Amino acid sequence: MPETDDAPGTGAIHDIGYRHYDGPRLGASYIRRSLFLDTLRGAFGLGRSARSKVMPFLLLGVMVLPSVVIGIVAGYFGFDALPLGYTEYVFTLQVAVTIFLGSQSPVVISRDLRFQVAALYFSRPLSRQEYVQAKYAGMAAALFLLTAVPTTLLLAGALLAELPLADQLPDYLRAMAGCGLYALVLGGIGLVVAAMTPRRGLGVAAVVGVLLVLSGLQASVGALASEFGNDTFSGYTGLISPYTLVDGVVAGLLGAESTIDQAPPGTWGAIVYLTVALLLVVGCYAALVARFRKALS
Amino acid sequence: MSLINTQGLTKRYGAVVAVDGLTVDVEAGVTGLVGANGAGKSTLLKIFLGLLTATEGRATVLGLDVATKGPEIREHVGYMPEHDCLPPDVSATEFVVHMARMSGLPTTSARERTADILRHVGLYEERYRPMGDYSTGMRQRVKLAQALVHDPGLVLLDEPTNGLDPAGRDDMLELIRRIGTEFGISVIVTSHLLGELERVCDGIVVIDAGRLLRHSTTASVTATTPIVTIEIDGEQAALLGRLREAGVSVVSDGRLLHVDVGDEAAYDIVRDTVAGLGLGLVRLEQRRHRMSEIFTGRGADA
Repeated sequence: MPETDDAPGTGAIHDIGYRHYDGPRLGASYIRRSLFLDTLRGAFGLGRSARSKVMPFLLLGVMVLPSVVIGIVAGYFGFDALPLGYTEYVFTLQVAVTIFLGSQSPVVISRDLRFQVAALYFSRPLSRQEYVQAKYAGMAAALFLLTAVPTTLLLAGALLAELPLADQLPDYLRAMAGCGLYALVLGGIGLVVAAMTPRRGLGVAAVVGVLLVLSGLQASVGALASEFGNDTFSGYTGLISPYTLVDGVVAGLLGAESTIDQAPPGTWGAIVYLTVALLLVVGCYAALVARFRKALS
Repeated sequence: MSLINTQGLTKRYGAVVAVDGLTVDVEAGVTGLVGANGAGKSTLLKIFLGLLTATEGRATVLGLDVATKGPEIREHVGYMPEHDCLPPDVSATEFVVHMARMSGLPTTSARERTADILRHVGLYEERYRPMGDYSTGMRQRVKLAQALVHDPGLVLLDEPTNGLDPAGRDDMLELIRRIGTEFGISVIVTSHLLGELERVCDGIVVIDAGRLLRHSTTASVTATTPIVTIEIDGEQAALLGRLREAGVSVVSDGRLLHVDVGDEAAYDIVRDTVAGLGLGLVRLEQRRHRMSEIFTGRGADA
């Protein structure tokens, strides 16, 4: 074809044949980072249909709204402290966190099992461990955003209400550490439960169910223990539910005020809480790796 | 360098032997891996990808040992699984871009290569629609595209024609032929249908119950034989008699006659005899071995 035909704007498509790729092939760390970002975006429905954005952003709204309201109220009425503390915030709104975890864990993990996309990941350079690391980190990062954003807005509200930063900062930092631990513990539980079934609806119900049952169990056993006046035992009932577990670590280890009046008893109690939380995270990771080893072999 | 080389490769699942002492050397080009369902084809592909560890023996793919170089192999090999593997809620473009990045391509290159490869496999406007609406043929094309998007040196295609109608099957086989010739990418393609593979493959590996039954190039499998098949318009009894009188070995097979033309003169005798009897010669065709004969008489002693 003469070159004069290629006038700009004619929009002709030329079949230039197959072209080989000789650019860079980036290694496992790039691939893992890409999968992590993709997972994080996917957890908020970004890059998916408009419908899949509704639930995560609705729940993010539910998490953020009270913090904004608290900030405004505190400023307007000139409170000398926030009506809801930083470290209590996530615990108080745990239902929203649970629903987020329930609705998004299957999005993050069960799709790959249900539609057998996992086979395509594992036929690429990424190992199963690296795949699980990326997915787990993506889910945890999504949960961290969900909890850290409102906690930070709470601080912003307090500062706008002209509360002194020196008073606010220690508790805010404790709460942020708590958000990180919530993200790891809850993310692990959510993914493990969701990975047990490739069916999405079942996954949602199972994740929400497990967390609600554990919270309910913790509340009733804790109340019974307090009733009988056994403070040591009652202090350890917080280990039953992931929310009271993390709350216990933040209270016992970092010296925040316990949201429920059942702080872990003493230094040993704090160490037990932290150990359980760490074992839970490691256990969830190991369970996910085992699940995906089984998924394709 | 050979594409794939195995030495006494064996894979056992408990008491079940999926691959049994397989020793084979596959050259670059398009190679068919043929066997009945459960013959060990898919197991073999997973061993080549370094996803399954062989119980015994060793194998190299693109010169890399499958036991130790799994990640490197998977960087330079594409894999199209037999089963469905596409999430329904994303478009082909988004999905293939994502899979290209999962092979280590930077995002810009991933986008360029995705656009290229989707065009090559024949997906146009529909590539922006969610894949849940796709027909089986389109889904197979996307599966093929994700296996090719990182420009591998070798693609492993597991039953790519499965579930396709005859036209779709022809399109897919034509694509596979182009991958081998135009794209210059070696192909291992599995099928339980010999007939469709002999059209596109340079070589065929036949396995049965995990053992090598035969390994040959298509050319030698379908080599010409000294038999000419003729079909005539009219009564064949007289022709049969005349040809035998003239000393030509001939066998009647329904409407067809198989004539041994080991002696060049036989061609002339056939022509003259047919003309002499005033019959119409409808077909005169050199007979080739069919690959299916591997499974019948000729394969038994392999």
